Amino acid sequence: MARNLVLVGVLVALIVIGAITQPQLYSDSTWVWNNMVSILQLASVVGVVTVGMTFVIIGGGIDLSVGAIVALAGVWCTTLATQSYGTVGMIFTAIVVGVSVGLINGVLISYGRLVPFIATLAMLVSARGLAAAISGKQTQISANTVINSLASDRVLGVPLLVYILAVVAVAGWVLLNRTTFGRRTVAVGGNPEAARLAGIDVKRHTMLLYALSGLCCGIAAIMLTSQATSAQAAMGNLYELDAIAAAIIGGTLLSGGRGTIVGSILGVLIFATITNLFAINGLSTEAQNMVKGGIIVAAVLVQQFRFKSVTQFFDRQRATTAS
Amino acid sequence: MEKINSDLSRRRLLFGGAAVGAGALLTACTSNEAAPTPAQTKDSGNAEGNAAPGQKVVIGFSAPAADHGWIAAITNNAKAQAQAYSDVEFKSVEAGADAAAQRAALSTLIGQKPTVIVLLPHDGKELNSFGLEAMGAGIPVVNLDRAFPDARAYRTLIKGDNYGMGVAAADYIITQMKVKGITAPIIGEIAGMDELELTQERSKGFTDTLTAAGFKVANRRAARFTVDSGQQEAAQLLQALPKMDALWNHDDDQGVGVLAAINQAGRSEFIMVGGAGSKQAIETIQADNTVLKATVTYSPSMASSAISLARLIGQNKGMSDLVELQVPKNIVLASETITKGNASSYIKLGF
Repeated sequence: MARNLVLVGVLVALIVIGAITQPQLYSDSTWVWNNMVSILQLASVVGVVTVGMTFVIIGGGIDLSVGAIVALAGVWCTTLATQSYGTVGMIFTAIVVGVSVGLINGVLISYGRLVPFIATLAMLVSARGLAAAISGKQTQISANTVINSLASDRVLGVPLLVYILAVVAVAGWVLLNRTTFGRRTVAVGGNPEAARLAGIDVKRHTMLLYALSGLCCGIAAIMLTSQATSAQAAMGNLYELDAIAAAIIGGTLLSGGRGTIVGSILGVLIFATITNLFAINGLSTEAQNMVKGGIIVAAVLVQQFRFKSVTQFFDRQRATTAS
Repeated sequence: MEKINSDLSRRRLLFGGAAVGAGALLTACTSNEAAPTPAQTKDSGNAEGNAAPGQKVVIGFSAPAADHGWIAAITNNAKAQAQAYSDVEFKSVEAGADAAAQRAALSTLIGQKPTVIVLLPHDGKELNSFGLEAMGAGIPVVNLDRAFPDARAYRTLIKGDNYGMGVAAADYIITQMKVKGITAPIIGEIAGMDELELTQERSKGFTDTLTAAGFKVANRRAARFTVDSGQQEAAQLLQALPKMDALWNHDDDQGVGVLAAINQAGRSEFIMVGGAGSKQAIETIQADNTVLKATVTYSPSMASSAISLARLIGQNKGMSDLVELQVPKNIVLASETITKGNASSYIKLGF
């Protein structure tokens, strides 16, 4: 909780820096509103991927293939053959491709006993390869007006994409905090052996976590296709790093067993706001990436420091009660 | 209990397997065949002179397998042009993911002793030594698009004019601003991958020309030659410049995303110039219902020309329109400006 408040503080600070550096832009309230919407829209696709990633990391794994799954699902749902089945066909294809690839990851890791890092790294390479083969390395334009309008149509001034992120985030929060599935995820990531002894089918649960991540990628693929009005084998490039970084900044423990959806979403928003801050000040993307790297390191350092000081506190308490 | 659980998981596994199987089946039905582009090749037909069948030439070819429309067009064009000659045998090797992989693939090609090699390297600097090696082994190298720094590493270089693209884009914008009577225009730029020399050359040509006219770039964002990065960077650029007069986007592939961002932001107060000359962009210019009013060429037809040149070099002939007996050392394509007025004559070169 306290950690999330710190993240909100960082977010507010970034917006204040924006207002100080570009007072002219921030003096126009319409522009400020549009800019907030633009940041939310920038965060929406990565945000959905990050929700799935948060589950995988809390469950003690890692999914390096998310960007490639987004590309594969996007390219597949925009093939001419799939487009001819209409909106439902395209959405169904993207979801089925996302979940199927996620399941393959899950089966390889749970039942094939591959290390998550290796299994999903292999998937990163092969899913992009398949995406390039399906698309013939060409940009595939989406002619579907319903899907394309997700990014441009607004309800109450906010694009539909942002609502999708909200729905996915709330669903993720409920799943993690209010269901057996969520409790099991934390248990499996925290101590798989204890979880197994407590009667949880750890292998099956792990497999489902990767399928869940794949599902999020399928949804993100539709959103990204809508945003770019097309799909390409190179799309979703480096999303795995953005999603992992956002989850870690949000307080998810890379070794598993701890993490929150709210924290992850705040992490994504912080990254999007930094991108926006650099853009409105006309600063280069290289500088932006360096700052992002610095923030990741700082977040992990803070995490370690806090964790250490808390354990030291308890050790001290224990020592006093013992004496 | 244990038994039921394992049964259940087995059933679920079967379901998973079925889903994957169905996916594999779907691939077979939905894959997109890359259409051949005969328009970007020169038909050898029943012509005389240089096009008449001559001594047999084996051309080895290598280009990076990037996921990009332009690179895909390069390979397709080279293949199509080779097929147009009855006296050319075409041997293509996959370039792999990076310069090292391309080098390895090329060394197997040297073993097959082609007459000439046409090579679009991942990076000219990194494959310079290969060029020297092939030339040393008596195989002339036609260097396509990304130049080797060492002049001894290639027999002939044919490339696009990156600096010229920037100049052409700036010239068009300057003219349009004068027509509209805008003296201090706000100009935006969406570049491609910043780490590539070609992006830096394009930007330099653009700023140099604008500076000479007393204009400057107000904000520049670098995308990654992909549609989604184009959309993302353009969305942020549009936030940074609430009012804009002109925008240059380096690459028409990423331009699909740039146009989507413009559409999503509901902006239309400026003119946009593209780059490379994709079919999609030329059609959009023809339709004239978006901000995209022009694009400057960087045509993948250079791959077709490279094959023709390689054939001539292999047959020890010159270019028949020139007085020279041999094929020249360097050919740099001109970057032309495609507008609504001349779009119909360029549409066949669109990729």
